[in-house]
Order: sequence, then C-alpha cells, then structure tokens
Amino acid sequence: MKTWFFSETAYPYLPESYESIRVILPNRIYDPKIGADLYHRYLDEWLHAEDAGLEIMLNEHHQTATCLDPAAPVILGALARQTTRARLLILGNPIANRRQPVRVAEEMAMVDNLARGRLEVGFVRGVPYEISAVNSSPVRMSERFWEAHDLIMKAWTTHDGPFNWEGRYFHHRQVNIWPRPYQEPHPPVWVTSLSTGSIGPIADHRYVAATFLTGRDGSKQIFEAYRERAGERGWSAPNDRFAYAALVYVGETDEEGFAGARKLMWYIESNRVAPQFINPPGYVPAAAVAKAMRNGGSLYKYDKPDLQNLIANGIVFAGNPDTVFGQIKRFYDYNGGFGHLLVMGQAGFLDHRETVRGIDLLAREVYPRLKELN
Amino acid sequence: MDPLASGITRLKVADVELELFHKGAGRPLLILHGGGGLDHRSEYLDLLAAHFEVFAPSHPGFGHSPLPERFESVDDLAYLYLDLLDACDLKDAVLIGFSLGGWIAAELAVRCAHRLSKLVLVGAVGIKVSDRETRDIPDIFATAPDDVARLVFHDPARAAVDFGALTDEELTIIARNRESLALYTWEPYMHNPGLRYQLHRIHIPTLFIRGASDGLISQKYAEAYAALIPGARLEVIAEAGHLPQIEQPRKFADRVVSFARQ
Repeated sequence: MKTWFFSETAYPYLPESYESIRVILPNRIYDPKIGADLYHRYLDEWLHAEDAGLEIMLNEHHQTATCLDPAAPVILGALARQTTRARLLILGNPIANRRQPVRVAEEMAMVDNLARGRLEVGFVRGVPYEISAVNSSPVRMSERFWEAHDLIMKAWTTHDGPFNWEGRYFHHRQVNIWPRPYQEPHPPVWVTSLSTGSIGPIADHRYVAATFLTGRDGSKQIFEAYRERAGERGWSAPNDRFAYAALVYVGETDEEGFAGARKLMWYIESNRVAPQFINPPGYVPAAAVAKAMRNGGSLYKYDKPDLQNLIANGIVFAGNPDTVFGQIKRFYDYNGGFGHLLVMGQAGFLDHRETVRGIDLLAREVYPRLKELN
Repeated sequence: MDPLASGITRLKVADVELELFHKGAGRPLLILHGGGGLDHRSEYLDLLAAHFEVFAPSHPGFGHSPLPERFESVDDLAYLYLDLLDACDLKDAVLIGFSLGGWIAAELAVRCAHRLSKLVLVGAVGIKVSDRETRDIPDIFATAPDDVARLVFHDPARAAVDFGALTDEELTIIARNRESLALYTWEPYMHNPGLRYQLHRIHIPTLFIRGASDGLISQKYAEAYAALIPGARLEVIAEAGHLPQIEQPRKFADRVVSFARQ
C-alpha cells in the first residue's frame, strides 16, 4: 500500500459565526501576512512528509477558507522543484469547471517534466460549491468532464503535429502542446468517485478510483462496483486501483491520537455552507434530490460529528500506532483491499509541531505495516 | 387533433415528445410556462380554456416531457414551438409566455410570427438592460430558497410547500424542473445578449404584464423590455408577484381575454 500525505491548506482564523464558509465569505477576513506564512508552512509539511518516506497529494478548492489552493498546478510547480523523490498526486483538476482542457494538459505536462516523471494526475468533478467560481453549469457536468478528459488525453498523446477539436463543449483549433508529458504514454490517472453511478467509465479506463471520506459502506459500494465492472469487461482490478482518503492522526498514545484527530475534525465542523450552494440543480440526479426534499432538506447533513462515530465509520483513523493500524486493517478487510491511503494529516489548528509529529509516527510506526498489506 | 379534446395528452413534434395540456375551443392560445413548470390544476388555465383552445406544453426537461440530448438552449425551444405551431396548423394564435416562457415567446416572435396574432409576455426574462457589473435578475441559483420565495410571491404564504405531502413523482418533477431551468438559463444568466437588438422585429400587438410585487423582474426592467417592442403596452397587476396568473388568476385571465379581443 502507498500512503500519501495531504492537507487542504486552510486558513482557519475565522469569525465565531458565518453564514457560509464557501463561496460568499468575504476575503477581507484573510490576512495576507498570515496567509503567506501558512503557504510556506504547508509546503514545509509536504517536504517533511517526503523526507519521512510518504508520497504527496494536494487538491484544489475555490472561494473558501477551507483551502487556500484555487490553482493546484501552481503549488505543484513549487513541489516539483523542491521535492526529489516523492510522487506528486493532484486530486484533482476539476475538469468539468476548467474552460480550456488544453491548458490543463499543458500544466500537467509542465509539472511532469519539472518533476521528472513523478506526477500522478487526478481528474475530479469537484464538490458542488465549486461551480460559482467558474460560472460552471451544474447540469451535464459529467458530459463536460468526459469530453474534457478525452481532449486532454488526446493532447497528451498526440506527437505528430496539431489536431482540431470541435466538440459539444470545447472547441480548439490547433492542439499541439509543448512540452509533452515526461511519462510515457502519460502520467497515471486517478478519478475521484463519490457514488456508484460514476464508476463505470473510471473502471473502463482502468484509472485509480479514489473515494474521499465516504466511510466504510460508501467506499465498499464504490470499490465493489468497480470490481464488478472490471469483471464484466474481462479483467481483474488489482488493489492499486483503489484509493481511500481519511482524516488520520497517529499519536504516541491513543489519547494523543484522539486529541490530534479532534483538531483535524475542524475540517468537518467548519464546513457550514448556505443551502443554495450545497445542492445546485443537476449536480445529483433529480430522484436523489426528491429524497432529500422529503427528508427535510440537505443532502449533506452533518450532525455534530462525534470522534468515535467517525472512527467507527472509517472517516477518521486515530490513536496510537497499533490502534490506527488496526482501524485501517479492519477497513481494508471490509472493503476487499485497497492500495492507496490518502492521509489528511493536517487541518484547522493542528499546528506545525503536531502535524510533523503525526507524520513521523505514521511513517515510522504504521506505514511499514501497511506496506505489508497487499 | 380533435379541438374539443381536453386534459393532459402527449404530442409529438418532429422527433420531440411533449406532455401537453390541451383544453377548450376557439382561437388557439399557446402558453409557454416558466421555470417552475406547468401545474395543470391552475385555475387560470380553466379560465382561459373557456375562451380559447389552450395548448400548454411542458418544455423538454419539465413535467413529463423528455429532454432530448441535443436540447440545451432557449433557441432550441423557440424553434421547437415554431414547429409545434406548424404541426398543429395553428393560425391567428395568441402566444403567452411566463418568465422563461416569455423569453422563449419573444425569441419565437422575432423569428417568425406569421401564425400569431397577439403576444403576451408575463414577467418575461431574456434581455439584459443594466451594465456588466449589475445583474438585472437576482441569481436564483445563489439565493436561499426562502428568499427566492419572497422574491417570487406577493404573499409568501403561497410559497410554503409541504414536501411531505407530495408523492415521490411530484418531488422528482420539482427537482427535474429546477435542473432544466438551470440548463436553459445558466450562462449568460437568464438572458440572450442579442435579443434586445432583435425585438424591433415583433410587429404583432404585444402586452407585457408584471406583478406589482415581482422581486425578479423590476419595474425598470419591464419598462425597458416593453419599450423595445414596437407598440407594446405594459400593465401591472396589483397584489401579485412574479406569477400573477397564480396569485390573481381572474384579473390575469380578464386582461388576456380583453387584450385578445382588441
């Protein structure tokens, strides 16, 4: 199993109460002097993760204090230059919201060269609140996503001069990217899936399917759907096709682990979002919206999270090294195995010292045992 | 089609299947509903069916009308309804459009109005009046549901929907209608930048109706819209918001009937 460290690089210094952390929180709240320090601290933590033997992951969000990275390729560039060994996973490019897929192909090709082939490229649909940032229609996102994907793949793999693209959603005259990717035929591709409905094409392309805080049962359904689809198409999906993201904190003791995890839970607790941004029309199928309407509103109802519930559900792994290994192993067995653990190892007010300590304990005490799974 | 047929039926226009409310007799009245879809039980439909042969389709993606893959714009809908006018051989028809339906009706009328005798635009969207930093129409997709209800209705109590009392099918249609509204109106938001320069082509008598409490279409917007259509008149219905046909069905029906008679 591979373990990837990431943080959403938040700006946690927020007022007591706010209507919505996403989309409408005024950026006057953001102090650039503090923010600049945070960017450098978070980069330091990624470098520390590399030194500790972990791989590196980052993601992208817009118009939110939960994530200061609205342009992941920019941070990727810094990481590509400053790291030397770790693989760099961007999970991911929100290609249903990017107006120029060819630009995405160029950015990724650049970083792949800068990193000398250590890049892994994720494509995501993006969470519902991301659409405002790009004026992106929430309807037919899946269609836009796959046309963008097809254009990016062709841009990466065409080497004999320009091609044209006059698609439903994207038009491009002479596509001829310079540089081309470092890796042949292109960097490995990951796609985030949060429901079984989206898994078919991901499995057909044999991409890594990543699930993000979907919990025990959510992930199981998605991984099973992938395996089933592979079986129908005549191949068997190895564990390295499956990735799972969780909040993870390893302490010397269970108490220390739980304390760190409680700080990570800021990520969930702070995510108060105004209802109009949570479920834009068309983002999920009408039948699912109808169910939510009957149940009194939100599709994403977070009751005040309880740490032990989150641990029981596999959204958090926390405790001393043995405890954490046991939790991951149980999750692993329940889900039929998976090959990539994506560790949100910093969030909210978990400070630099605590973050580094968690990385070290994870890398030294848990990771070697995870590698023996599979 | 039997002009005395009534109720909800299906109509095929070229390769497009439409749910259609069809009732009444006499001069044809083509009704193009707004973003909330068509409620067949609405009183105004029966009031109008007493004077006209009412054709009220559900736009593709709304109600039970399927959404063809290729449909994505108001332009598609305008041509569809030109096809409907031809397919049903309607002549001397009165065309009414509510909100999104008003935008469709205006687009239809600038293209080809030879089967139409009168145009009624009710709380119509579709043009841009203000500058680039000023939205004419509140972004309903970025507004809390309760606040949208306040913008739409004169009497907000009308907006209260008991979702628990609705069937799964009804709830699914509500969700699907909203999705289709987003599909057709997302960007540019609720308007076609070119339409204001085409409205001079409308040469049939046009009545623009606005509810006095309409929080989506301002008086200034309605006046600007009406001013762009040669000879158009703007009338305001009191104690009504964006849906005067729902909040003041009798006053609304009376205005339409008397306008059609002129």
